[in-house]
Amino acid sequence: MSAPLAPLPRWADLALIPLINVTLAFLVSGLVVLAIGESPLEATAIMLRGALGFGEGIGFTLYYTTNFIFAGLAVAVAFHAGLFNIGGEGQAMIGGVGAAMAALLLGTMPSIVALPAAILASALFGAAWGAIPGWLQARRGSHVVITTIMFNFIASALLVYLLVDVFRPPGLMEPSSRVFDAGAKLPFMAQAAAWFGLRMPKSPLNLSFIVALVACLFVWLLIYRSRLGYAFRVVGANPVAARYAGISPERMTIYAMAISGALAGMMAINEILGVQHRLIVGFTSGYGFVGIAVALMGRAHPGGIILAALLFGVLYQGGTELAFDKPTITRDMIVVIQGLVILFAGALEFMFRPALSRLLSRNVAESA
Amino acid sequence: MSEKAIQLLSIDKRFGAVHANRAIDLDVKKGTIHGIIGENGAGKSTLMSILYGFYEADSGEIRINGERKRIRSSADAIAAGIGMVHQHFMLVEPMSVVENVMLGAEGGTLTMRGMEKARAEIRRLGADYGLLVDPDAIVGELSVGLQQRVEIIKALFRGAEILILDEPTGVLTPAEAEQLFEVLAELRRQGRTILLITHKLKEIMAITDEVSVMRRGEMVAHRKTAETNPRELAALMVGREIAHPQKGASQAPGAPLLEVENLAVKDARGVMRVSDVSFMVRAGEIVGIAGVSGNGQSELIEAISGMIRRNGGTVTLCGQPVPAEADAAETRNLGLAHVPEDRLRMGLVTSFSAYESAILGHQDRPQFSKGPLIDRDAAIADTEDKMKRFDVRPPDPLLKTANFSGGNQQKIVLAREIETGPDVLIVAQPTRGVDVGAIAFIHRQILDLKAKGKAILLVSVELDEIFALTDRVLVMCGGRVVGERITDETDQNEIGLLMAGMEAAPAIGTPAEMRP
Repeated sequence: MSAPLAPLPRWADLALIPLINVTLAFLVSGLVVLAIGESPLEATAIMLRGALGFGEGIGFTLYYTTNFIFAGLAVAVAFHAGLFNIGGEGQAMIGGVGAAMAALLLGTMPSIVALPAAILASALFGAAWGAIPGWLQARRGSHVVITTIMFNFIASALLVYLLVDVFRPPGLMEPSSRVFDAGAKLPFMAQAAAWFGLRMPKSPLNLSFIVALVACLFVWLLIYRSRLGYAFRVVGANPVAARYAGISPERMTIYAMAISGALAGMMAINEILGVQHRLIVGFTSGYGFVGIAVALMGRAHPGGIILAALLFGVLYQGGTELAFDKPTITRDMIVVIQGLVILFAGALEFMFRPALSRLLSRNVAESA
Repeated sequence: MSEKAIQLLSIDKRFGAVHANRAIDLDVKKGTIHGIIGENGAGKSTLMSILYGFYEADSGEIRINGERKRIRSSADAIAAGIGMVHQHFMLVEPMSVVENVMLGAEGGTLTMRGMEKARAEIRRLGADYGLLVDPDAIVGELSVGLQQRVEIIKALFRGAEILILDEPTGVLTPAEAEQLFEVLAELRRQGRTILLITHKLKEIMAITDEVSVMRRGEMVAHRKTAETNPRELAALMVGREIAHPQKGASQAPGAPLLEVENLAVKDARGVMRVSDVSFMVRAGEIVGIAGVSGNGQSELIEAISGMIRRNGGTVTLCGQPVPAEADAAETRNLGLAHVPEDRLRMGLVTSFSAYESAILGHQDRPQFSKGPLIDRDAAIADTEDKMKRFDVRPPDPLLKTANFSGGNQQKIVLAREIETGPDVLIVAQPTRGVDVGAIAFIHRQILDLKAKGKAILLVSVELDEIFALTDRVLVMCGGRVVGERITDETDQNEIGLLMAGMEAAPAIGTPAEMRP
């Protein structure tokens, strides 16, 4: 039996390890860039400038960040209850269906009615799509990892069917709903700024970013301060203790998956209500999967998720700029770099922990 | 015949504060069946784990066939000719018998050759030792007795000259146990050495040549089986010394607060774990449940507390019937408190702060609630208060639960359950893995609660504890109550024999009106 590792100090756990992982991911990415004959330093500079160097770029970065926050929170809530929700994509799609239905029905009403209704609908539809796998695991023992993956495909097929056969206005050649009426369009951030006499460059960034930050606060309260979140955490950390405490692991599994699904569904607020203003195919673009990496990297804590989502926002926006500027670095290369970040931050999360733990405990021992 | 197959010299092993093995000496002669008996927690399993390379001893020496060996892994043990049949089988259930046997000895990239060899060997072993089993059967579809056979074949296939069997009959029917003993006798005849770990005196008497007794981490006696008897072994096993706090005069028992009638519990596989158990605990009374662990005590208390469903019978708490579908929250509301047998697996969440563990099961009480939120300040203040009164060290409600010592963790659980003022308290193994100072403290708390007129059900595998605290003791064996005694009118030997299932004694010493 090997001796258990000494626990890491909080700062190392929360800051140092993610930092080492991200740095390493960038170093390896740099080697890849070097291998295809471009300068890693120049590439980095282009990425950073593209993501953070000018107003529109920042807008795009935060727009991507919004998606990642919702997706990351969704994974985190399930994670606290000991569940691995891989179904963010599907839940977001179905959330989009809900948002679009509300928006199409209520779009002629004032925004103060139409928008909250559409936001609620996205959450409810996403919740339902998450709760079904939760129910299947709780009552039938079907593992949530498997079912949520399968539910992604079902959601995708369902979305195409609904767009082609139900939502598509006659005569339109693409699978898409009609454009929403004005009441159901979530204002762009630039528009909102203009109400206060501020000028902001135009970008897809919209008020859903604020909703995402509110969702972070909500999740923090839920997980760390509420009785329901306490029950989630007991079930996630020790299901036997939950049974002992009179907490039903089955019920909590369903609840946690519903809330997780609701958060994933709210990704549609950004894409459907905020940017597209209509329901389209493929609007989730894999953000739901990136949410897994975001949650892992952010330690399933809302604060960490904001930072991790921002990092991925920078990667997405900077990567797009880089692909545009450097034709040799294709869009696929950007995916490779993002993949490396996911690999080091997510999958290899514990790679440096033993060494770091030994190093730090030795220092503590020496200074004592 | 007097050649020594195994020689252990002064083996010592500690786990933190627990001294699991103290200076153990053991000689096992070649070609004999050697029994090791002792109560749960006596250190038998630890000793065997050291011999099989799961743990390394802190100090001491192992000699196999007179040769000094360092056994650091099970691979070392196998190389030294030691095979082990675990209490819980280490088999791959969806695979066939051949595939299981050849596991780790596949013989190259392609498994064909290894498989042929294994198949031939299984046939030979079957013929030689009566270990008959179909090589192509799927292990998961075999009976428990046959699965055990596969385990033995696996060990022999790897060339085990010395076979360790850890509580081999615990899962067998009597007929299967009989067959196992025939196999063991045959193995002995052919010169193999067998170490049999058990707590069943009957088996020791039936099959072993020599027997060693362990108690509290020490090897207390070695006997030739022919020269001893169950009574002596039972006495050696439980030890004679009875000591500890005064439980005070028995009070006139009050109203029955916990009544259990004809309780039955089946496990997930449909096996009866508890059958037809009836008893009651009155106000101001401590009733003990003694028994070797795994004889239905855990299922009994989990069924009473609502953690698992019962499959028959009734439970009444403070005069109110407990519905069959009641969960632990509901029984708690009916006045039951429960200190679970395994605080780490059940009673605490080790990754939580102490205050979060200290409200486990009470998280929905208005005292700790602020609407849908937890009143964190109230919970922390309350925990701080309990920590002071129960002398929990360090008294820090924000410290992670895992960072407290076993005794302090147990005090957190005890404080949580006692301080809510329950009418009925179920305490299981309250002092397991707890240091000596804390044991006295915990015992005092339980006795105080009795003095306050509460009804207490104490489940313990420590007979000392049963005798130190209880007024009445029920003995469980095989899921049934096999005996009931007034604690002051019995002794540890008698209870020890009942626990080992040696004597199906009628319940005596219980006034007729106390029987439901």
